[in-house]
Amino acid sequence: MNWVGRLLTSSVGCKVLMAVTGAIMLFFLLGHVAGNLLVFAGADVINAYARGLRDYLPLLWLLRAGLLISFVLHVIAAIRLTRLSRRARPVAYQKQDLSGVSLNSRTMVLSGLVLLAFIIYHLAHLTFRLTHPAFASLDDYDVYSMLQISFQQPLLAFTYIISVALLMMHLSHGITSLFQTLGLNHTQYNGLIRCLGPALGLLLGLGFSSVPLAIMLRLLP
Amino acid sequence: MKLRLKIWRQKSQDSDGAFENYELDGVSSGMSFLEMLDFLNERLVSEGREPVAFDHDCREGICGACSLMINGAAHGPQQEVTTCQLHMRAFRDGDEICIEPWRSAAFPVLKDLITDRSALDRVMQAGGFVSVSTGGVPDANTIPVSKNLADLAMDAAACIGCGACVAACKNSSAMLFVSAKVSQLSLLPQGQPERGRRALRMVGQMDKEGFGHCTNTSACEAACPKHISVSHIARLNREYLKASLCGGEEELLSD
Repeated sequence: MNWVGRLLTSSVGCKVLMAVTGAIMLFFLLGHVAGNLLVFAGADVINAYARGLRDYLPLLWLLRAGLLISFVLHVIAAIRLTRLSRRARPVAYQKQDLSGVSLNSRTMVLSGLVLLAFIIYHLAHLTFRLTHPAFASLDDYDVYSMLQISFQQPLLAFTYIISVALLMMHLSHGITSLFQTLGLNHTQYNGLIRCLGPALGLLLGLGFSSVPLAIMLRLLP
Repeated sequence: MKLRLKIWRQKSQDSDGAFENYELDGVSSGMSFLEMLDFLNERLVSEGREPVAFDHDCREGICGACSLMINGAAHGPQQEVTTCQLHMRAFRDGDEICIEPWRSAAFPVLKDLITDRSALDRVMQAGGFVSVSTGGVPDANTIPVSKNLADLAMDAAACIGCGACVAACKNSSAMLFVSAKVSQLSLLPQGQPERGRRALRMVGQMDKEGFGHCTNTSACEAACPKHISVSHIARLNREYLKASLCGGEEELLSD
Protein backbone atom coordinates (compact mmCIF):
# COMPACT_ATOMS: atom_id res chain seq x y z
CA MET A 1 0.00 0.00 0.00
CA ASN A 2 3.07 2.19 0.13
CA TRP A 3 2.56 3.11 -3.51
CA VAL A 4 -0.95 4.45 -2.87
CA GLY A 5 0.34 6.87 -0.26
CA ARG A 6 3.17 8.03 -2.46
CA LEU A 7 0.91 8.46 -5.45
CA LEU A 8 -1.68 10.49 -3.57
CA THR A 9 0.83 12.69 -1.77
CA SER A 10 2.75 13.52 -4.95
CA SER A 11 1.68 16.60 -6.88
CA VAL A 12 0.98 14.51 -9.98
CA GLY A 13 -1.06 11.94 -8.04
CA CYS A 14 -3.02 14.65 -6.26
CA LYS A 15 -3.94 16.13 -9.64
CA VAL A 16 -4.95 12.67 -10.85
CA LEU A 17 -7.26 12.45 -7.84
CA MET A 18 -8.80 15.79 -8.82
CA ALA A 19 -9.21 14.62 -12.41
CA VAL A 20 -10.88 11.32 -11.47
CA THR A 21 -13.23 12.86 -8.89
CA GLY A 22 -13.97 15.70 -11.32
CA ALA A 23 -14.88 13.16 -14.01
CA ILE A 24 -17.23 11.35 -11.62
CA MET A 25 -18.98 14.62 -10.80
CA LEU A 26 -19.17 15.45 -14.51
CA PHE A 27 -21.04 12.20 -15.19
CA PHE A 28 -23.43 13.09 -12.38
CA LEU A 29 -23.97 16.55 -13.87
CA LEU A 30 -24.80 15.04 -17.26
CA GLY A 31 -27.50 12.90 -15.61
CA HIS A 32 -28.65 15.86 -13.51
CA VAL A 33 -29.13 18.18 -16.49
CA ALA A 34 -31.01 15.49 -18.44
CA GLY A 35 -33.38 15.10 -15.48
CA ASN A 36 -33.83 18.86 -15.16
CA LEU A 37 -34.85 19.25 -18.78
CA LEU A 38 -37.87 17.02 -18.11
CA VAL A 39 -39.43 20.13 -16.63
CA PHE A 40 -40.18 21.22 -20.17
CA ALA A 41 -42.19 18.02 -20.72
CA GLY A 42 -44.65 19.16 -18.05
CA ALA A 43 -45.36 18.86 -14.34
CA ASP A 44 -46.45 15.23 -14.51
CA VAL A 45 -43.28 14.04 -16.21
CA ILE A 46 -40.78 15.74 -13.87
CA ASN A 47 -42.78 14.79 -10.78
CA ALA A 48 -42.98 11.18 -11.95
CA TYR A 49 -39.21 11.29 -12.53
CA ALA A 50 -38.67 12.53 -8.95
CA ARG A 51 -40.92 9.78 -7.62
CA GLY A 52 -39.11 7.24 -9.82
CA LEU A 53 -35.74 8.23 -8.35
CA ARG A 54 -37.03 7.64 -4.82
CA ASP A 55 -38.21 4.17 -5.84
CA TYR A 56 -34.58 3.16 -6.15
CA LEU A 57 -33.61 4.56 -2.76
CA PRO A 58 -30.68 2.18 -1.96
CA LEU A 59 -29.18 2.82 -5.39
CA LEU A 60 -29.79 6.53 -5.01
CA TRP A 61 -27.93 6.60 -1.71
CA LEU A 62 -25.08 4.57 -3.20
CA LEU A 63 -24.73 7.15 -5.96
CA ARG A 64 -25.02 9.98 -3.46
CA ALA A 65 -22.31 8.43 -1.28
CA GLY A 66 -19.98 8.11 -4.30
CA LEU A 67 -20.72 11.67 -5.26
CA LEU A 68 -20.16 12.98 -1.74
CA ILE A 69 -16.82 11.15 -1.45
CA SER A 70 -15.72 12.49 -4.84
CA PHE A 71 -16.77 15.98 -3.86
CA VAL A 72 -14.92 15.92 -0.54
CA LEU A 73 -11.75 14.44 -2.10
CA HIS A 74 -11.89 17.02 -4.91
CA VAL A 75 -12.05 19.87 -2.41
CA ILE A 76 -9.34 18.42 -0.13
CA ALA A 77 -6.98 17.87 -3.07
CA ALA A 78 -7.68 21.39 -4.32
CA ILE A 79 -6.89 22.92 -0.92
CA ARG A 80 -3.69 20.92 -0.59
CA LEU A 81 -2.43 21.74 -4.09
CA THR A 82 -3.33 25.41 -3.80
CA ARG A 83 -1.43 25.68 -0.54
CA LEU A 84 1.62 23.98 -2.09
CA SER A 85 1.55 26.37 -5.01
CA ARG A 86 1.17 29.43 -2.81
CA ARG A 87 4.25 28.28 -0.94
CA ALA A 88 6.11 27.71 -4.20
CA ARG A 89 6.17 31.46 -4.95
CA PRO A 90 6.66 33.38 -1.70
CA VAL A 91 7.63 36.63 -3.44
CA ALA A 92 5.24 37.77 -6.16
CA TYR A 93 6.32 39.44 -9.37
CA GLN A 94 6.00 43.19 -9.62
CA LYS A 95 4.71 42.61 -13.11
CA GLN A 96 3.52 39.36 -14.68
CA ASP A 97 2.07 39.01 -18.15
CA LEU A 98 -0.71 36.44 -17.99
CA SER A 99 -2.34 37.45 -21.28
CA GLY A 100 -1.64 34.06 -22.83
CA VAL A 101 -3.28 32.18 -19.94
CA SER A 102 -7.04 31.64 -20.16
CA LEU A 103 -9.25 33.37 -17.62
CA ASN A 104 -10.97 30.06 -16.83
CA SER A 105 -7.73 28.34 -15.88
CA ARG A 106 -6.65 31.26 -13.67
CA THR A 107 -9.94 31.42 -11.79
CA MET A 108 -10.42 27.74 -10.97
CA VAL A 109 -9.98 28.31 -7.22
CA LEU A 110 -12.39 31.26 -7.23
CA SER A 111 -15.05 29.55 -9.37
CA GLY A 112 -14.59 26.41 -7.25
CA LEU A 113 -15.16 28.30 -3.99
CA VAL A 114 -18.30 30.02 -5.30
CA LEU A 115 -19.59 26.67 -6.53
CA LEU A 116 -18.94 25.15 -3.11
CA ALA A 117 -21.10 27.83 -1.51
CA PHE A 118 -23.73 27.43 -4.23
CA ILE A 119 -23.90 23.65 -3.83
CA ILE A 120 -24.44 24.00 -0.08
CA TYR A 121 -27.29 26.45 -0.70
CA HIS A 122 -28.68 24.33 -3.55
CA LEU A 123 -28.84 21.24 -1.30
CA ALA A 124 -30.52 23.22 1.48
CA HIS A 125 -32.92 24.69 -1.07
CA LEU A 126 -34.14 21.79 -3.18
CA THR A 127 -32.86 18.62 -1.51
CA PHE A 128 -33.44 19.37 2.19
CA ARG A 129 -36.05 22.09 1.50
CA LEU A 130 -34.97 24.37 4.33
CA THR A 131 -35.08 27.74 2.61
CA HIS A 132 -38.71 28.10 1.54
CA PRO A 133 -41.45 27.55 4.19
CA ALA A 134 -43.98 27.36 1.33
CA PHE A 135 -42.53 23.96 0.34
CA ALA A 136 -44.02 22.40 3.51
CA SER A 137 -47.54 22.51 2.11
CA LEU A 138 -46.50 20.76 -1.11
CA ASP A 139 -46.64 17.09 -1.93
CA ASP A 140 -43.26 15.35 -1.41
CA TYR A 141 -42.74 14.79 -5.12
CA ASP A 142 -44.12 18.05 -6.42
CA VAL A 143 -40.82 19.23 -7.88
CA TYR A 144 -42.61 21.29 -10.49
CA SER A 145 -44.33 23.56 -7.94
CA MET A 146 -41.12 23.86 -5.94
CA LEU A 147 -39.31 25.15 -9.03
CA GLN A 148 -42.18 27.51 -9.88
CA ILE A 149 -42.22 28.99 -6.36
CA SER A 150 -38.44 29.35 -6.33
CA PHE A 151 -37.59 30.74 -9.72
CA GLN A 152 -40.47 33.20 -9.93
CA GLN A 153 -38.22 35.11 -7.52
CA PRO A 154 -35.83 36.86 -9.96
CA LEU A 155 -33.08 37.17 -7.34
CA LEU A 156 -32.98 33.43 -6.79
CA ALA A 157 -33.19 32.70 -10.51
CA PHE A 158 -30.27 35.06 -11.15
CA THR A 159 -28.26 33.46 -8.34
CA TYR A 160 -28.71 30.08 -10.03
CA ILE A 161 -27.90 31.42 -13.49
CA ILE A 162 -24.72 33.17 -12.31
CA SER A 163 -23.61 30.06 -10.42
CA VAL A 164 -24.21 27.98 -13.54
CA ALA A 165 -22.11 30.46 -15.54
CA LEU A 166 -19.27 29.91 -13.08
CA LEU A 167 -19.80 26.16 -13.36
CA MET A 168 -19.45 26.58 -17.11
CA MET A 169 -16.11 28.37 -16.67
CA HIS A 170 -14.93 25.75 -14.18
CA LEU A 171 -15.84 22.89 -16.52
CA SER A 172 -14.45 24.53 -19.66
CA HIS A 173 -10.97 24.35 -18.20
CA GLY A 174 -11.53 21.32 -15.98
CA ILE A 175 -12.76 18.87 -18.60
CA THR A 176 -9.94 19.56 -21.05
CA SER A 177 -7.44 19.66 -18.20
CA LEU A 178 -8.45 16.28 -16.80
CA PHE A 179 -7.46 14.55 -20.04
CA GLN A 180 -4.02 16.15 -19.84
CA THR A 181 -3.66 15.20 -16.16
CA LEU A 182 -4.58 11.59 -16.84
CA GLY A 183 -2.05 11.53 -19.68
CA LEU A 184 -4.79 10.97 -22.27
CA ASN A 185 -3.45 12.87 -25.24
CA HIS A 186 -2.72 12.03 -28.82
CA THR A 187 -2.14 14.32 -31.77
CA GLN A 188 -5.09 12.66 -33.48
CA TYR A 189 -7.49 13.64 -30.69
CA ASN A 190 -5.91 16.76 -29.13
CA GLY A 191 -8.09 19.12 -31.17
CA LEU A 192 -11.20 17.28 -30.03
CA ILE A 193 -10.08 17.28 -26.37
CA ARG A 194 -9.37 21.02 -26.52
CA CYS A 195 -12.91 21.66 -27.77
CA LEU A 196 -14.58 19.15 -25.46
CA GLY A 197 -14.22 21.25 -22.30
CA PRO A 198 -15.71 24.49 -23.63
CA ALA A 199 -18.37 22.57 -25.64
CA LEU A 200 -19.57 20.35 -22.78
CA GLY A 201 -19.31 23.30 -20.39
CA LEU A 202 -21.50 25.41 -22.65
CA LEU A 203 -23.99 22.59 -23.19
CA LEU A 204 -24.34 21.95 -19.46
CA GLY A 205 -24.49 25.69 -18.78
CA LEU A 206 -27.32 26.21 -21.26
CA GLY A 207 -29.15 23.13 -20.00
CA PHE A 208 -28.97 24.11 -16.33
CA SER A 209 -29.72 27.80 -16.81
CA SER A 210 -32.67 27.16 -19.13
CA VAL A 211 -34.90 26.03 -16.22
CA PRO A 212 -34.62 29.09 -13.92
CA LEU A 213 -34.63 31.35 -16.97
CA ALA A 214 -37.78 29.83 -18.43
CA ILE A 215 -39.61 29.95 -15.11
CA MET A 216 -38.50 33.51 -14.35
CA LEU A 217 -39.78 34.63 -17.75
CA ARG A 218 -43.07 32.72 -17.11
CA LEU A 219 -42.54 30.55 -20.18
CA LEU A 220 -43.77 27.46 -18.34
CA PRO A 221 -47.45 26.95 -17.46
CA MET B 1 17.34 54.98 -27.42
CA LYS B 2 16.68 56.26 -23.97
CA LEU B 3 15.28 53.77 -21.48
CA ARG B 4 13.93 53.83 -17.95
CA LEU B 5 15.00 50.65 -16.20
CA LYS B 6 13.44 49.31 -13.04
CA ILE B 7 15.77 46.59 -11.76
CA TRP B 8 15.57 44.31 -8.73
CA ARG B 9 18.64 44.83 -6.52
CA GLN B 10 19.46 42.44 -3.69
CA LYS B 11 22.84 42.26 -1.94
CA SER B 12 22.71 38.62 -0.93
CA GLN B 13 20.39 35.68 -0.38
CA ASP B 14 19.63 36.78 3.18
CA SER B 15 19.17 40.49 2.61
CA ASP B 16 15.97 42.20 1.52
CA GLY B 17 15.83 43.40 -2.05
CA ALA B 18 14.15 46.36 -3.66
CA PHE B 19 13.64 47.89 -7.08
CA GLU B 20 15.97 50.64 -8.23
CA ASN B 21 15.36 52.97 -11.14
CA TYR B 22 17.98 53.82 -13.75
CA GLU B 23 17.85 56.18 -16.72
CA LEU B 24 19.98 54.81 -19.57
CA ASP B 25 20.68 56.94 -22.62
CA GLY B 26 22.52 55.96 -25.80
CA VAL B 27 21.21 52.41 -26.09
CA SER B 28 21.49 51.09 -29.66
CA SER B 29 18.63 49.02 -31.09
CA GLY B 30 21.25 46.55 -32.31
CA MET B 31 22.39 45.69 -28.79
CA SER B 32 21.26 42.42 -27.26
CA PHE B 33 19.39 42.74 -23.98
CA LEU B 34 22.44 41.53 -22.06
CA GLU B 35 24.70 43.98 -23.93
CA MET B 36 22.32 46.71 -22.82
CA LEU B 37 22.85 45.52 -19.21
CA ASP B 38 26.64 45.42 -19.83
CA PHE B 39 26.35 49.00 -21.07
CA LEU B 40 24.45 49.96 -17.91
CA ASN B 41 27.04 48.20 -15.73
CA GLU B 42 29.91 49.99 -17.47
CA ARG B 43 28.23 53.23 -16.58
CA LEU B 44 27.56 52.15 -12.99
CA VAL B 45 31.19 51.06 -12.52
CA SER B 46 32.50 54.34 -13.93
CA GLU B 47 30.31 56.14 -11.40
CA GLY B 48 31.75 53.95 -8.66
CA ARG B 49 28.46 52.12 -8.07
CA GLU B 50 27.83 48.39 -7.74
CA PRO B 51 27.07 46.78 -11.16
CA VAL B 52 23.89 44.71 -11.61
CA ALA B 53 24.61 41.00 -11.27
CA PHE B 54 22.94 38.74 -13.85
CA ASP B 55 23.49 35.21 -15.17
CA HIS B 56 24.82 34.66 -18.68
CA ASP B 57 27.23 32.37 -20.48
CA CYS B 58 27.10 31.40 -24.15
CA ARG B 59 24.99 34.38 -25.30
CA GLU B 60 23.82 32.35 -28.28
CA GLY B 61 20.65 30.90 -26.79
CA ILE B 62 21.85 27.37 -26.09
CA CYS B 63 23.38 27.13 -22.61
CA GLY B 64 20.36 28.02 -20.46
CA ALA B 65 22.32 30.32 -18.15
CA CYS B 66 20.51 33.59 -18.87
CA SER B 67 17.17 34.25 -17.30
CA LEU B 68 15.29 37.47 -16.34
CA MET B 69 11.63 38.32 -16.09
CA ILE B 70 11.34 41.27 -18.48
CA ASN B 71 8.16 43.32 -18.21
CA GLY B 72 6.40 40.32 -16.73
CA ALA B 73 7.48 37.87 -19.43
CA ALA B 74 10.15 35.21 -18.96
CA HIS B 75 13.00 35.93 -21.42
CA GLY B 76 11.14 39.04 -22.56
CA PRO B 77 8.39 39.82 -25.03
CA GLN B 78 9.59 37.75 -28.00
CA GLN B 79 8.52 34.14 -28.57
CA GLU B 80 11.05 31.29 -28.60
CA VAL B 81 13.98 33.50 -27.72
CA THR B 82 16.28 33.53 -24.70
CA THR B 83 17.16 36.84 -23.03
CA CYS B 84 20.62 36.80 -24.62
CA GLN B 85 19.08 36.54 -28.08
CA LEU B 86 16.56 39.28 -27.41
CA HIS B 87 17.57 42.55 -29.01
CA MET B 88 16.75 46.11 -28.07
CA ARG B 89 14.89 46.62 -31.34
CA ALA B 90 12.04 44.80 -29.58
CA PHE B 91 11.68 47.94 -27.41
CA ARG B 92 10.99 51.57 -28.20
CA ASP B 93 12.65 54.80 -27.23
CA GLY B 94 11.36 55.96 -23.85
CA ASP B 95 10.13 52.51 -22.74
CA GLU B 96 10.13 51.58 -19.10
CA ILE B 97 11.50 48.07 -18.64
CA CYS B 98 10.93 46.16 -15.41
CA ILE B 99 13.60 43.49 -14.83
CA GLU B 100 13.11 40.87 -12.11
CA PRO B 101 14.78 37.58 -11.21
CA TRP B 102 12.89 34.27 -11.59
CA ARG B 103 10.54 34.07 -8.60
CA SER B 104 10.22 30.65 -7.02
CA ALA B 105 10.80 29.17 -3.59
CA ALA B 106 12.96 26.57 -5.35
CA PHE B 107 15.10 29.29 -7.00
CA PRO B 108 16.43 31.48 -4.16
CA VAL B 109 17.82 34.83 -5.28
CA LEU B 110 21.60 34.87 -4.72
CA LYS B 111 22.29 38.44 -5.80
CA ASP B 112 20.32 40.99 -7.82
CA LEU B 113 19.00 39.02 -10.81
CA ILE B 114 20.92 35.79 -10.20
CA THR B 115 18.98 32.84 -8.80
CA ASP B 116 20.22 29.45 -7.68
CA ARG B 117 18.68 26.96 -10.11
CA SER B 118 20.50 23.89 -8.80
CA ALA B 119 17.11 22.45 -7.78
CA LEU B 120 16.80 21.48 -11.46
CA ASP B 121 20.19 19.75 -11.29
CA ARG B 122 19.04 17.73 -8.28
CA VAL B 123 15.92 16.68 -10.19
CA MET B 124 18.24 15.48 -12.99
CA GLN B 125 20.46 13.62 -10.53
CA ALA B 126 17.39 11.84 -9.18
CA GLY B 127 16.65 10.13 -12.50
CA GLY B 128 17.57 12.10 -15.59
CA PHE B 129 20.13 9.67 -16.89
CA VAL B 130 20.52 6.37 -18.78
CA SER B 131 22.72 3.37 -18.03
CA VAL B 132 25.22 2.54 -20.74
CA SER B 133 27.48 -0.42 -21.30
CA THR B 134 31.11 0.50 -21.22
CA GLY B 135 33.58 -1.14 -23.56
CA GLY B 136 34.11 -0.88 -27.27
CA VAL B 137 32.31 1.73 -29.31
CA PRO B 138 29.06 0.23 -30.66
CA ASP B 139 28.36 0.41 -34.37
CA ALA B 140 26.15 3.30 -35.42
CA ASN B 141 22.45 2.58 -35.91
CA THR B 142 22.55 -0.86 -34.30
CA ILE B 143 19.41 0.05 -32.34
CA PRO B 144 16.51 0.85 -34.64
CA VAL B 145 14.61 4.04 -33.69
CA SER B 146 11.68 5.24 -35.75
CA LYS B 147 12.07 8.68 -37.30
CA ASN B 148 8.92 9.97 -35.56
CA LEU B 149 10.09 8.94 -32.10
CA ALA B 150 13.59 10.26 -32.75
CA ASP B 151 12.09 13.61 -33.76
CA LEU B 152 9.81 13.71 -30.73
CA ALA B 153 12.68 12.86 -28.38
CA MET B 154 14.79 15.52 -30.08
CA ASP B 155 12.04 18.12 -29.55
CA ALA B 156 12.08 17.29 -25.84
CA ALA B 157 15.88 17.29 -25.76
CA ALA B 158 15.85 20.89 -26.98
CA CYS B 159 15.18 21.91 -23.33
CA ILE B 160 18.12 23.98 -22.08
CA GLY B 161 17.02 23.90 -18.44
CA CYS B 162 16.81 27.68 -18.06
CA GLY B 163 13.80 27.56 -15.74
CA ALA B 164 11.57 29.92 -17.75
CA CYS B 165 8.72 27.42 -17.38
CA VAL B 166 8.97 27.67 -13.59
CA ALA B 167 9.24 31.45 -13.76
CA ALA B 168 6.20 31.86 -16.02
CA CYS B 169 3.94 29.38 -14.21
CA LYS B 170 1.54 30.92 -11.71
CA ASN B 171 2.27 27.91 -9.48
CA SER B 172 6.05 27.85 -10.02
CA SER B 173 5.65 24.35 -11.40
CA ALA B 174 8.63 22.62 -13.01
CA MET B 175 6.46 20.11 -14.85
CA LEU B 176 7.49 21.28 -18.33
CA PHE B 177 11.18 20.87 -17.48
CA VAL B 178 10.72 17.47 -15.82
CA SER B 179 8.41 16.25 -18.58
CA ALA B 180 10.89 17.25 -21.30
CA LYS B 181 13.65 15.27 -19.59
CA VAL B 182 11.43 12.25 -18.87
CA SER B 183 10.07 12.31 -22.44
CA GLN B 184 13.44 12.60 -24.05
CA LEU B 185 14.73 9.51 -22.27
CA SER B 186 11.60 7.36 -22.10
CA LEU B 187 10.87 7.70 -25.82
CA LEU B 188 14.18 6.13 -26.82
CA PRO B 189 15.25 2.48 -26.43
CA GLN B 190 18.33 3.53 -24.44
CA GLY B 191 16.10 4.99 -21.72
CA GLN B 192 13.96 1.89 -21.10
CA PRO B 193 15.81 0.20 -18.19
CA GLU B 194 15.15 3.10 -15.79
CA ARG B 195 11.87 4.19 -17.33
CA GLY B 196 9.54 3.60 -14.39
CA ARG B 197 11.75 4.71 -11.55
CA ARG B 198 12.93 7.72 -13.54
CA ALA B 199 9.40 9.15 -13.61
CA LEU B 200 8.83 8.32 -9.93
CA ARG B 201 12.12 9.74 -8.72
CA MET B 202 12.19 12.89 -10.81
CA VAL B 203 8.64 13.81 -9.77
CA GLY B 204 9.51 12.93 -6.16
CA GLN B 205 12.53 15.22 -6.23
CA MET B 206 10.54 17.94 -8.00
CA ASP B 207 7.99 17.93 -5.17
CA LYS B 208 10.76 17.87 -2.55
CA GLU B 209 12.37 20.97 -4.05
CA GLY B 210 9.17 22.93 -3.45
CA PHE B 211 7.96 23.48 -7.00
CA GLY B 212 4.19 23.91 -7.38
CA HIS B 213 1.76 21.66 -9.23
CA CYS B 214 0.60 21.85 -12.83
CA THR B 215 -2.81 23.39 -13.51
CA ASN B 216 -2.50 23.01 -17.28
CA THR B 217 -2.57 26.71 -18.09
CA SER B 218 0.17 26.27 -20.75
CA ALA B 219 1.90 29.48 -19.65
CA CYS B 220 5.14 27.45 -19.62
CA GLU B 221 4.84 26.46 -23.27
CA ALA B 222 4.33 30.10 -24.26
CA ALA B 223 7.37 31.22 -22.24
CA CYS B 224 9.71 28.37 -23.25
CA PRO B 225 12.52 29.69 -25.48
CA LYS B 226 12.75 26.23 -27.08
CA HIS B 227 8.98 25.85 -27.46
CA ILE B 228 8.74 22.57 -25.56
CA SER B 229 5.14 21.37 -25.94
CA VAL B 230 2.85 20.69 -22.96
CA SER B 231 2.08 17.36 -24.63
CA HIS B 232 5.25 16.20 -22.86
CA ILE B 233 3.50 16.95 -19.55
CA ALA B 234 0.72 14.56 -20.53
CA ARG B 235 3.41 11.97 -21.29
CA LEU B 236 5.02 12.54 -17.89
CA ASN B 237 1.63 12.13 -16.19
CA ARG B 238 1.14 8.90 -18.11
CA GLU B 239 4.63 7.62 -17.27
CA TYR B 240 4.19 8.50 -13.61
CA LEU B 241 0.77 6.87 -13.35
CA LYS B 242 1.92 3.76 -15.16
CA ALA B 243 4.98 3.45 -12.92
CA SER B 244 2.87 4.01 -9.80
CA LEU B 245 0.10 1.60 -10.72
CA CYS B 246 2.18 -1.21 -12.16
CA GLY B 247 5.70 -1.93 -11.26
CA GLY B 248 7.58 1.25 -10.57
CA GLU B 249 7.61 0.43 -6.87
CA GLU B 250 9.36 -2.89 -7.47
CA GLU B 251 11.99 -1.08 -9.44
CA LEU B 252 12.46 1.37 -6.60
CA LEU B 253 12.76 -1.38 -4.00
CA SER B 254 15.23 -3.39 -6.04
CA ASP B 255 17.94 -0.75 -6.11
